[in-house]
Order: sequence, then structure tokens, then C-alpha cells
Amino acid sequence: MSSSMKITLKVWRQAEKNARGRLMTYSVPDVSPDMSFLEMLDMVNNTLVRKGEDAIAFDHDCREGICGTCSLYINGRAHGPLKGVATCQLHMRSFSDGDTIVVEPWRASPFPVIKDLVVDRSSFDRIMQAGGYVSVRTGGVPDANAIPIPKAVADEAFDAAACIGCGACVAACKNSSAMLFVSAKVSQLALLPQGNAERRQRAERMVAQMDAEGFGSCSNTYACEAECPKEISVSNIARLNREFIRAKVL
Amino acid sequence: MKLNSKIPGGPIEKKWDDHRFHLKLINPANKRKYTVVVVGTGLAGASAAASLAELGYNVITLCYHESPRRAHSIAAQGGINAPKNYTNDGDSVYRLFYDTVKGGDYRAREANVYRLAQVSGSIIDQCVAQGVPFAREYGGLLDNRSFGGAQVSRTFYARGQTGQQLLLGAYSAMVRQMDAGKVKLFARREMLDLVVVDGKARGVVCRNLVNGSIESYVGDAVILATGGYGNVFYLSTNAMMCNGSATWRAHKKGALFGNPCFTQIHPTCIPVSSGHQSKLTLMSESLRNDGRIWVPKAKDDKRQATDIPESDRDYYLERLYPSFGNLVPRDVASRRAKEMCDKGLGVGPTKLAVYLDFADTIKRNGKEYIEEKYGNLFDMYQQITGENAYVSPMRIYPAVHYTMGGLWVDYNLESTIPGMFVLGEANFSDHGANRLGASALMQGLADGYFIIPYTIGDYLASNKFTPVDTSHAAFQDAEKGLSAMTKKLMGINGKRTVDDFHKALGKVMWDDVGMARDAKSLKNAIKEIPRIREEFWKDVRIPGSDGNFNQELEKAHRVADFLELGELMARDALHRKESCGGHFRQEYQTADGEALRDDKKFSYVAAWEFKGVDKTPALHKEPLKFEYVKPAQRSYK
Ligand SMILES: Cc1cc2nc3c(=O)[nH]c(=O)nc-3n(C[C@H](O)[C@H](O)[C@H](O)COP(=O)(O)OP(=O)(O)OC[C@H]3O[C@@H](n4cnc5c(N)ncnc54)[C@H](O)[C@@H]3O)c2cc1C
Ligand code: SF4
Ligand code: FES
Repeated sequence: MSSSMKITLKVWRQAEKNARGRLMTYSVPDVSPDMSFLEMLDMVNNTLVRKGEDAIAFDHDCREGICGTCSLYINGRAHGPLKGVATCQLHMRSFSDGDTIVVEPWRASPFPVIKDLVVDRSSFDRIMQAGGYVSVRTGGVPDANAIPIPKAVADEAFDAAACIGCGACVAACKNSSAMLFVSAKVSQLALLPQGNAERRQRAERMVAQMDAEGFGSCSNTYACEAECPKEISVSNIARLNREFIRAKVL
Repeated sequence: MKLNSKIPGGPIEKKWDDHRFHLKLINPANKRKYTVVVVGTGLAGASAAASLAELGYNVITLCYHESPRRAHSIAAQGGINAPKNYTNDGDSVYRLFYDTVKGGDYRAREANVYRLAQVSGSIIDQCVAQGVPFAREYGGLLDNRSFGGAQVSRTFYARGQTGQQLLLGAYSAMVRQMDAGKVKLFARREMLDLVVVDGKARGVVCRNLVNGSIESYVGDAVILATGGYGNVFYLSTNAMMCNGSATWRAHKKGALFGNPCFTQIHPTCIPVSSGHQSKLTLMSESLRNDGRIWVPKAKDDKRQATDIPESDRDYYLERLYPSFGNLVPRDVASRRAKEMCDKGLGVGPTKLAVYLDFADTIKRNGKEYIEEKYGNLFDMYQQITGENAYVSPMRIYPAVHYTMGGLWVDYNLESTIPGMFVLGEANFSDHGANRLGASALMQGLADGYFIIPYTIGDYLASNKFTPVDTSHAAFQDAEKGLSAMTKKLMGINGKRTVDDFHKALGKVMWDDVGMARDAKSLKNAIKEIPRIREEFWKDVRIPGSDGNFNQELEKAHRVADFLELGELMARDALHRKESCGGHFRQEYQTADGEALRDDKKFSYVAAWEFKGVDKTPALHKEPLKFEYVKPAQRSYK
């Protein structure tokens, strides 16, 4: 079995939205390299609770990198050090014995802190609500094979559709821009014939809602793409810009 | 209590059409006078909420997740079935129906399964229209693959992320109705009681998970689409928050629980590596299309997998089941893997694993072929184990995955509490004693898009509703009850964490109520679980307060329910003196180790009535009749 490591954690603790937060230090002995990062936090929490202290609140669910619930800014990077990997898939073997690890929540004003490392990302749902769909009703749609879609197009749409809505792109961006997230949905639907009818309103409305939620604008630094666990491409942002201009001028 | 399944008469292929014709309708202008409370926003809940709102009903929807899009359906990997017969390999509605009844080891209702097969084609059409990017062939048409228990290719998929894409489709339909003001979403709310007024379900009571307040939601009918309870085993492939509280608390309010012991153990999961593990990860069944399962022929073969020559390997599924090979149903594949490991032929550090090997396919079709189809699964495997499965075979072992059991519902998906409907994994309905791969997504969406919109209309049209609001005594009592339970949990102030108890329960469940059970182990579980429950209520420690965000408290409510539900599962398993599908009683097996059913005695749905904690529940039986698919010993040879 692999040897155990000793880790020092500095974790952002904040009792509630309007409370003042601060970094608290915890020393964690007996960390196995095979543990996931979140399992390490589980272990810390169980120890804290047994000692009568409050557990560290953090969001997570699937622990398979697909639900988009986990977040965490780890040593200054959204979802930690690995490329294309969400926090829940990060394992302690990516760290070394004696490391100090700083863990903070997503920092962006449209994502207010709920407690400790948990933030409120409901602004993303409101952006989706502003046209992130195709207006079809249940029933009365054509046969699935009625419209052939070239494989390359379907694959490109899929690449955009793979976004898990985690918000790392926003957290990584110095302007707290949500362009990568918005552009992923706009691209998916703009690429497919099904999304064509509403593409103008969609681009306009989703961008307007993004602005209304207080997300900043994109200044093309591409920190978002670098930190996105699903490696959503910034070429989607270019497509969103084209869709947006097209909506405005045509 | 007499169970009325309300299965319509007539030939099976006409039942649903005839039934729909006889269901009462509500005129469009009147639909907006009704409110439906939908708990859960997975495939079943989101599709129901969207479809009902499109029809004109007001919908209130709740989930404990931060966003509807995070429901556990998002994690489904492999695909969704539909007998489109696009591949021209002989598929039909009847064949899907047949495969599902047989796959479920003759413990499902024929009429429900037939309807499921009938509407499944429309699901694919619906999802494509929403912009779901299913995998396509070069000609631009949809691609298919095969899943276990079938000899045709009828599974539609979106790489290894089918659930994600389908859920995002249903979510988009739902947010469209939020945009239109017809669906009101309340996220981070956990339903912890059902409210029944004058014998009808009229709403739910929740804990607001952000600020701890207790809130009531009122409607004319309630839909539970709250997923499965596999996490009663602590370790499962389910997401961490999946739980049985919504259905369990409704059960305590009078809804019967159907076949609670029918649990699916999935054959291809990443094996447990150590005690700190918080969950298990599925490697999709679709991998069995291209991967071959084997163990070394000799015990304690110390060689690396790649150094073991063909002649020293036992591809046991191909050997035992030449016609289905690696694509036998899940229950069979899981049991055989366990058997190999029990014989000491297991591999890896714990010896509790078998190989799933892609070398042949890689040799034949190249690495790119595998990457394109399963890339994300191979990445996931590497993340967790630190090993590269393109180079050496994956190690896999069975893990708890799905619960076929759930609240009993009739053909209209209505529970034994009038006005409470149950959809998706939360009900017991269509999979019998074993679910075939790629059919849970199908069932969730069938229930939500194509069944509930009709059947709930009939209920609403056939009943009169007295106006109630949250000041009604039934709501007030439920709120008080929930507050009292929460206070009680917070006040115990013991020494052990919620996870400690959950792990203790999980161990009993896995050892005694798991893949292979017998009377002795089940009796032990029936003794042990109440003991753990008692300790829980004396010694659990929950930090913080109940007046704000408190994940330990959330878990405590869920584990409190698991500690009751687990006992019912053991009781159900003990009473069913036969083996069928995922319910394998050691005492009842054929000479070659297959499940031995007893159709004379057990061809029924076991529906349990709650009589009180620490009281023996009452058993009710719904007899199963097979008019089309005659029960036979399942054979995949
Ligand atoms: C890893 C994995 C892979 C799978 N792959 C496949 C596959 O390839 N094909 C297939 O057909 N099936 C697959 N399945 C099974 C399938 O995904 C599930 O059975 C199905 O998605 C369940 O959908 P659901 O809508 O019933 O519930 P869920 O998606 O679990 O949704 C439950 C919802 O209820 C809410 N909820 C629950 N309790 C409460 C409460 N008390 N209060 C408020 N809200 C509540 C949750 O917030 C959530 O919104 C897979 C399952 C797993 C675990
Ligand atoms: S674009 Fe990437 S980082 Fe942004 S929400 Fe989607 S998956 Fe997360
Ligand atoms: S917990 Fe689901 S993506 Fe990390």
C-alpha cells in the first residue's frame, strides 16, 4: 500500500453570506495518495465533527466530474492543478508530502458565498432560462432520423454541449466573465439545425441576462479555457460574438 | 388493502391507446386552475414538469440540488434504448418488450413494460428535436450500440455522457417553462414530508437547505421523481446525495413500498481500494461491446495481465454463455465475477476484481476507435486508479448501482395515496427483478414526457379539491413534526459522525443483503440494523445549527431513513424464498448456479405497508400474470 502524507490545509471559512470569512489552518496527517481531494476533506470533516467543531461546507455530488457541483479554488487555480479535471476527480497523488494547500471558494460577485466554500450559482440557471433551449413541445416532433446532421457538425455541437455548468471559467477570469459558459450553449444550438430558428433571439437574450447578472466582459485572456474541466474551447466565444453581431445587424 | 393495478383489458398492443381514450381530459382553459408539485428534477421530474407546464398546469418544482441540471441522471453514461430498428437487425416494440420482461426475470408487469417499449421511440425523436447531440454515423444518421441482455443494437448514445445530454435536454424544456412563468423552481429544498388532506396528497414540507427554514408547498397533486436509494449501501455508483427520504417519508404516510429488496449490482465498476473511499465509479456497460472479461486460469498468478498468454486466461462469460458472451445481463455478469473471486481467481491487490480487456479491439480497430467511443471513461479510470487502460486491462468489480424496488404504483403511476404519483427510479414499476442496461433513462423519460401528462389529467378531472393553504392543520402538523425531528437530531450531541453510522449500515447491507444472501445473513441484518439505528439516535453528533446551511444535518435526515429502509429491504429479501434477477438467495439456485425462481409461490409484487418503526410491516401481494412472455428459466447460453 502507498505511503501516507502530511498536508497542511488553509481553508476559507465563512459562516454565511454576509459574514466575514478568513483562512483557517488545519494539519492533516495520514493522507493517502489514493484518496480523492474530496475524500481528504471528508476525513478532515469527520475529525472536526468528532472534536465538536463545525464541518467545512463544500459542494459536491457525483464525484465523477459530470454534475458540475464541485468547485474549489485550489492553490490559486479553479479545480486545482490538473488540466481538464474537476476537483472531485483530483487525487492526492497530485500533491506531495508536506505540501500546504490553500482552498478557497469561487470568487465572483455573481456567485455569492453561501457558506465556507459553497457559492450560489443560480445566475447560471437564469441565463439558461433566457433562451438556452429550443422551443419544442413534448410530442409532435419529426422522426429522429428525419434531419441528417453531418458527423463532424454533431461532434462539434457535442464538444460545446459537454459544459457541466461549474462556473470555473467565471472564477478563473479576472473580469468574472461568463462568456465561455454562455458561448458553449449558444454554439451547441447554433451548430445544429434544430437551434437555427431561434438563434438570433437566443444570442441576444442570453448575453443580456449575463450582463444583468453582473458578469464582466471578455477581454480575451483565455484563462477560462485553461481552467475549464471539460476543455470547452474559446472558439465558442468567437462564435457567440458572431451570433451576437448577426443578431444585431440582420 | 386490495391493490388495484388498473391494468386495462384488451390485447397488449392496444391497452395504452384504449386507456388513453378513456382517460378524462381537462379543457385547456381549466388546466391553469390546477397546480402540481413535482419533487425532483432528474430525467423523470424535469420531463414531467416541462410537459405538464406546456399543457397549461401550474408547476412547482423542488430539488435538493443547487440547480435542476445537477440531478443524478446527469451521470448516466452508456445510453438509452429504443426499438427504432434503424440498424435493420430485427428489432421491434415486441422484442424490446420481450427482452425487458425476460431480463427482469419475470417479475415485472407485462402491460407497463409493453407501454414503455411503445413510447420509447418518441423519446429519441423528442430529444433530437431539443438539440441533444446523439452520436451519428458519417451519413449523418443516428448511431446505435448494444447493451447487455439484447442481441440487437438499439442503444442511442452521446459518447459516454448520454445522461448528461438527455438531462440537459429535459432541463432546457423545463427552463423554457420557467421563462414562460409556468414552472416555479425551488432549489436547495429537501422534501421531508408528504401532506395528505382528506385522503389526498396535497403538498409537501421541505427544509430550505440554505437557511434551515421549514417550508410548505401546496398543490392539487404531488409527483415524486426523487431517484433511487442505492446509497443505503453507503458505497454505490450513485451520487453522494442520492437518498431515499422522499419515498420513505411518503411510505410512512401510507404509500406502499414495492419489492424493496430488488437491487441491481452492476458488474463493471472500479473496485474498492480502501476504507476512505466515498463512492464507487461505474465503467459503463457499453464497454462490454468492445472489452472482454477474463481471469487467470490459475490461482495467484503473479504475472502482469499483459504477460499472461491466451492459453492461461479464462474468458468465463464467453465460455459459459456462448451466445450472449460478454453481453449477458448485469445480474448474471456480477454474480459470475463474484464467483470467480470467491474461488480465489480475482486479480489486483485486493483480489476482488476481474479484468476487462480491450487489447483485441485495439489491435483490430486501433486506439482511436476506443478513444472516440469511450475516451471519457478511460480518462476517468486513469484519474481514479492512476493506470492506463489502453495499455493494460481495466480491473472491475460489481457495485451497487440501481434500485428496481420503489414506491408501488398502478398503471397510471399513482401510488396507494391518491394524488401522489411516482416516476422514474423512485417507483418500482417496469424492471422486475433486474433492469437491463440503457432502460432507466428510457423509463424516466417515458414516465415524464409521455405517461404522466395523460394520467394526472384523469385524476384531476375525476376529483374535487377543497381549497387548502399552508395554514391547514395537516400542513401545520407536518411542519411541526419535521421541526421536532430536526431538533431531536441536533440535540443528541453524541460522539460519532453521521458517516460512521452510514458506513456501519452499509457494511451490514453489503455483507448480508448484498449480491448473495441467505436466510441466515438476512436474519442477522434484521437484528443488526435496528441496533445501529438505536445507537444512531443516542450517539450521533451533528455540528452547527439547524438555522443555516448544514450538510451534516442533511446527511443525518437521510441516514435516519436509510436505517429504517435497510431493514425493510432485508425483510423483503428474507420473505422471498426464491432467486430472481438481482435477488440471489444462495439457497435457491440451479445446478449450474443460475437464479432459481419459484413462480408458483412468488410470481407477485411484494408491496409493504408501514406499521411503525420497530413494528413488523404488513405484506400485500399484487399477482403477476404473464399472457405473452411465458416465464421460463432465463437462458443466455
Ligand atoms: C453512474 C450511473 C450510470 C448510469 N448509466 C445509465 C445508462 O447509461 N442508461 C440508463 O438507462 N440508466 C443509467 N443509469 C440509471 C439512471 O441514470 C437513473 O436510474 C435515472 O437517471 C434516475 O432518474 P430519476 O429522474 O428517476 O432520478 P434522479 O436523476 O436521481 O433525480 C432525482 C431528483 O430528485 C431530487 N430529490 C430527491 N430527493 C429529494 C427530496 N427529498 N427533496 C427534494 N428533491 C429531491 C434530486 O434533487 C434530483 O433532482 C445510471 C446510473 C448511474 C448511477
Ligand atoms: S465552460 Fe467549462 S468552466 Fe465554464 S461552466 Fe462550462 S464546464 Fe465549467
Ligand atoms: S462532484 Fe460532480 S462534477 Fe465534481
